[in-house]
Amino acid sequence: MSKFNIDGKDIEFKPGQTIIEAARDNGIEIPHFCWHPKLSVSGNCRMCLVEVEKMPKLVIACSTVAAEGMVVYMDSDKAISARNAVMEFFLINHPLDCPICDEAGECKLQDYAYQHSTGESRFVEEKTHKDKRVELGPNVMFDGDRCISCSRCIRFCDEVAKDAELTFVKRGDRVTITTFPGEQLDNPYAMNVVDICPVGALTNRDFRFKARVWDMAHTNTICNGCARGCNIEVWTRNNEVLRLVPRYNEEVNSYWMCDHGRLNTFKFINAGDRIDGPHMRVEGNLIKVGWDEAFAKAASNLKAFGKDEIAFLGSAYATVEDNFVAAKFAKSVLGTGHLDFVRHIDPTFGDEILRNEDVTPNTKGAELAGVAPSKNGFDFNGIVKAIREGKIKALYVLEDDILNDNLELENVLAKLDLLIINASNFNKTSALADIVFPAATYAEKNGTFVNFQGRVQRIRPALATNDVDRALEGMSMSRLDKFGTKYDRWAQGKHFDARSSWKILVGLASAMGQKLKYNMAEEVFYDISNSIDAFKGLDYDVIAELGVQLKSVNLKSTVKI
Amino acid sequence: MSGNNIPPKKRIKDLTFGEKIYIPEIVKGLSLTLRTMFKPKFTMEYPEEKFIPAGSYRGRPVLVEEKNGEERCVACGLCSRVCPALAIEVQAAETDREKERYPEKFEINMLRCIFCGFCEEVCPEEAIVMSKDYELAFSNREDAIYGKDKLLVPVDQLQDRIDFLRNYK
Ligand code: SF4
Ligand code: SF4
Ligand code: SF4
Ligand code: SF4
Repeated sequence: MSKFNIDGKDIEFKPGQTIIEAARDNGIEIPHFCWHPKLSVSGNCRMCLVEVEKMPKLVIACSTVAAEGMVVYMDSDKAISARNAVMEFFLINHPLDCPICDEAGECKLQDYAYQHSTGESRFVEEKTHKDKRVELGPNVMFDGDRCISCSRCIRFCDEVAKDAELTFVKRGDRVTITTFPGEQLDNPYAMNVVDICPVGALTNRDFRFKARVWDMAHTNTICNGCARGCNIEVWTRNNEVLRLVPRYNEEVNSYWMCDHGRLNTFKFINAGDRIDGPHMRVEGNLIKVGWDEAFAKAASNLKAFGKDEIAFLGSAYATVEDNFVAAKFAKSVLGTGHLDFVRHIDPTFGDEILRNEDVTPNTKGAELAGVAPSKNGFDFNGIVKAIREGKIKALYVLEDDILNDNLELENVLAKLDLLIINASNFNKTSALADIVFPAATYAEKNGTFVNFQGRVQRIRPALATNDVDRALEGMSMSRLDKFGTKYDRWAQGKHFDARSSWKILVGLASAMGQKLKYNMAEEVFYDISNSIDAFKGLDYDVIAELGVQLKSVNLKSTVKI
Repeated sequence: MSGNNIPPKKRIKDLTFGEKIYIPEIVKGLSLTLRTMFKPKFTMEYPEEKFIPAGSYRGRPVLVEEKNGEERCVACGLCSRVCPALAIEVQAAETDREKERYPEKFEINMLRCIFCGFCEEVCPEEAIVMSKDYELAFSNREDAIYGKDKLLVPVDQLQDRIDFLRNYK
């Protein structure tokens, strides 16, 4: 392999790589604003100027192709003073309104001002003034003063979202960003420009001013918006999710996520219709009851039916662990083979970039976990038919509002003698349920999802519930999470009385006199890896942050129960 | 415990006869009291008489209220970040004013505050300053959390402190 030298260190490079790319592959960051590994090279910010021996002038590392034997200096006097000068230029017209800027704390300009600037300005003239608070689109706000004209946002729309909406207008120090006439920045991936904008020129209108980034904790997890399973970080403060941002995983979502995932997959967690504690129907109304009471009631009610009169629906919204325990519960505790789950396919949602037409996060995982009818059991359509015919009288539904997609089912569910559900929010299905167990959301539990590619990925709890404690569970904690006491108003965030579905089923099994011996999601997964071929050899540490591609996504894999 | 055999301390000097009978010592003490009674006094008859500190005094932190009744604070959260006692909670929100954001909620827990003045030092807007108010008493924890209603103080009442900061900070 060919090599070149940077600051006295020999590094290898692949033919055609630029200096900045090769350096990055070797863990050396050359400062840059406009360059982004997934966008075309623009070379306008000049921050990556480096000195190369035998070249008359400094060159920009982002567009200079590395060559055998090149000697590059990032820390020579010339390179350092060039960076100082570039920073001084950037700061000439920058408003320095960090106190009111949402980017503060995660701003490249702030960071580089510390690292690469002398901190002195010789500019005494008045700064330029541009438009502030410009609504570029429904979800993105633009501040012209802060923009450093790096063109990342323009290139993102052109090259990644494939929807040219943004452009520069005017010249010199009056240059600014705008949308094309009659256009809005509203493509399904628009909000990624907020993440890649190196300064606070583009802000997330949904998150604007809600919290300071240094007051929040963040947790690596997976988006539950569709079967892509984009890798994300959940940002929380005071036990509430405030924003989601994408997390780099080249195999799944690269640096991006879609706006639907970013905006619509967390607000239900703290919504007013969230179910807090188990509920039972008494005289037509759902009444909050204790766990033991709900378990005892569910157990005795279920026991009143013959094995063949009970059906169980798993869920593509629940984790592999939940579905695995559900299958086990249906087969060995209830003794029924009428076991399936509902697929939610929305062809209008899918696209060629990230979004997948399967709008659940874990269809593959539910299949692999063994949520399927046994030989003589009914599948979903069979179960519906059998309920109509009065053959099936009791139904258990795991984390799925099956009425929402299919209102015709209302008459069917109304025929049931017993409907038990695990759900996170009150919904159309809960309106007909007799017993409702409060399910923890994906942001409150450990577990795994298998995406449409057959990649198993981990979700982690970002919010505490009555069941999972932030410190004991080893969850990510901000300074405020660590030091808040019960007397601090800023530490009183709502803790819901909810449990992971697998845990609810373990409790119910024990009320029915059967032991499913799991105390942690990890133990369930251990059992999964021992009994399902596709998961052989895996554990939570192996899956780690970026997930593992299952070798044989053989949908008929045998489940030993 | 074995090994712990340090001998008990011996008295270095016994009291003299004069000291033992106490009377000369008492007379000495009384004469000091008597002399002091006729010197000018420094003690204040608090609460009838109140101590008014100089501008350099660090009493409870307050928010500066401009003449138009608005706060200067832009809810940047720096005071809350720097506060070593985690006494300050700020919740920002958007406004139509030029500075775009304002504190929808600003609370200082006076039971946590240690009067260090860091919040005042870090504030980019000269919006939070240490006042001359040292009279803080509560009968329960909730009352000790001061909201904007108690924190906002008109700027002309704070001029001493602001002048001090401008001269010496
Ligand atoms: S808005 Fe941000 S990303 Fe776009 S050109 Fe300006 S600084 Fe760059
Ligand atoms: S593409 Fe799917 S998984 Fe990715 S962010 Fe959008 S909804 Fe979430
Ligand atoms: S004076 Fe010190 S302890 Fe009190 S609020 Fe300000 S920073 Fe916090
Ligand atoms: S540092 Fe000043 S401007 Fe910022 S939140 Fe505190 S009081 Fe307001």
